[in-house]
Amino acid sequence: MNALTGVLRYLGNYAISSVWRLGYGARLFLLTLLYSGESFKRFQLVLKELYSIGVLSLVIIMVSGLFVGFVLGLQGYNTLEKYGSEQALGILVALSLVRELGPVVTALLFAGRAGTAITAEIGLMKATEQLSAMEMMAVEPVARVVAPRFWAGVISMPLLAALFSTMGVFGGYIVGVVLIGVDEGSFWSQMQSSVDFHEDILNGVIKSFVFAVAVTAIALLEGYDSKPTAEGVSRATTRTVVTSSLMVLFLDFILTSLMFTS
Amino acid sequence: MSSDNLVEIKDLHFTYDRRPILTGINLSIPRGKVVAIMGGSGSGKTTLLRLIGGQLKPNSGTVKVDGEVVNEMSHKELYALRRRMGMLFQFGALYTDLSVYDNVAFPLREHTNLTESMIHDLVLLKLNAVGLRGAHKLMPADLSGGMARRVALARAIALDPMLIMYDEPFTGLDPISLGVTGNLIRRLNDALGATSIMVTHDVQESLQIVDYIYFVSNGQIVAQGTPDEIRNTELPFVHQFIYGEIDGPVPFHYPADPIARDLQVEARG
Ligand SMILES: Nc1ncnc2c1ncn2[C@@H]1O[C@H](COP(=O)(O)OP(=O)(O)OP(=O)(O)O)[C@@H](O)[C@H]1O
Ligand SMILES: [Mg+2]
Repeated sequence: MNALTGVLRYLGNYAISSVWRLGYGARLFLLTLLYSGESFKRFQLVLKELYSIGVLSLVIIMVSGLFVGFVLGLQGYNTLEKYGSEQALGILVALSLVRELGPVVTALLFAGRAGTAITAEIGLMKATEQLSAMEMMAVEPVARVVAPRFWAGVISMPLLAALFSTMGVFGGYIVGVVLIGVDEGSFWSQMQSSVDFHEDILNGVIKSFVFAVAVTAIALLEGYDSKPTAEGVSRATTRTVVTSSLMVLFLDFILTSLMFTS
Repeated sequence: MSSDNLVEIKDLHFTYDRRPILTGINLSIPRGKVVAIMGGSGSGKTTLLRLIGGQLKPNSGTVKVDGEVVNEMSHKELYALRRRMGMLFQFGALYTDLSVYDNVAFPLREHTNLTESMIHDLVLLKLNAVGLRGAHKLMPADLSGGMARRVALARAIALDPMLIMYDEPFTGLDPISLGVTGNLIRRLNDALGATSIMVTHDVQESLQIVDYIYFVSNGQIVAQGTPDEIRNTELPFVHQFIYGEIDGPVPFHYPADPIARDLQVEARG
């Protein structure tokens, strides 16, 4: 009986705090949108964040894209060769990257590289009372700190995903054409004729835009809502990676089923 | 009468979660004066400053600043009021990604349309006032605790506020900086024609520079007076505080079970 009430109490408590947190997150998200106008008026704030969020993620994205392309080239060739259709390697590499791997892997890497940085930075600003000090100076932290980071994330992720896919295609080309010797002409021409701008590229961009909103918003919320202690910030940083990775995979499933089934 | 007081607090109650922190505070801060609020660690002094700044809302009672009730203001009114307040946080709270110069320039850039060359002059003047003009290129990480506090002070007075609030301006300062900071607070207050509220543990230093003192204990004002009245008071609480006696009306211990029970000494008999 006692154990039962304990479990019930725990569940109830968990449910209440989850709903509360969801509300808090929704409120922060709406406030961020509300204050976005100000960030765009003072675009140098967004530019500064674009540098630390986007530009500093370039190397990891490019290198990962290249290696994923290498692997796609090798595996794709091995499989296609069995059916004697290795000229289709270009299609396989390009479609897997543009539709899936580009947006998804970029979002996962972004969560680990930029998402954690956002959470830790905002969490520390909170722990050292910088956000409080800003409020006391009549400067809204959501406008000055949160919104610029949000837009920097949303702008940079689709670009990073495009770069990832480009590097991946290049990697597939190096392995498939240069090293293995697939016919260069058919590699490119088949790719060009089968990758549709609307069906594939646009959908990929939409995906990566949705992931960008999710990952950046989660990173910001975790930082803004973290316990203002060293331990609280480190926990929040971990949660950013876990929550946003799961969210990306979940959203990918939903979006794929909406976009690519007829 | 009331217009002589910049800050007026009436019957203020405040609770964190379920724990009462302030239970019926009444105090007033006259214009142009430097007033100290003293009390033990955890007695709710920082909380009181946050209530005055509108960052926390009281459970009941009113906080009036310049004739307006802070706890009934809209977000917009509150932000308008805060532009006329400066607050020095307990640990400085400098923006770690901005240099000393940019920290002091921050409120000027946010709230005024001054040109960069005017901002430049103002920033250096404010830094000069706290003796750190030469440090304007440093980053907050390169400052000592005392220097960081002085930069934060320069930032707090950048907009020439009517009300300056100091949270423990003296902790962690060596005796020389302590005297310098104390004088600085007094001089800044008089030069800016401002009003200052200073939260502090440092009785000796405050007695020399302030006009009036409130003592907070158990969520209430337990003593008040001018420095002379405080020095001559017979009140045991104040006596304990001034002379640093360990036990007296202010308990050293956070409320707890008897230590014998916690250490289970009784069991051994
Ligand atoms: N965010 C919070 N949530 C819950 N309780 C809090 C919170 N902040 C402070 N408290 C509690 O409120 C009480 C008063 O805190 P406050 O920071 O105002 O004390 P203080 O007088 O400034 O102490 P100190 O001199 O050590 O700075 C403390 O006992 C503290 O435990
Ligand atoms: Mg305090």
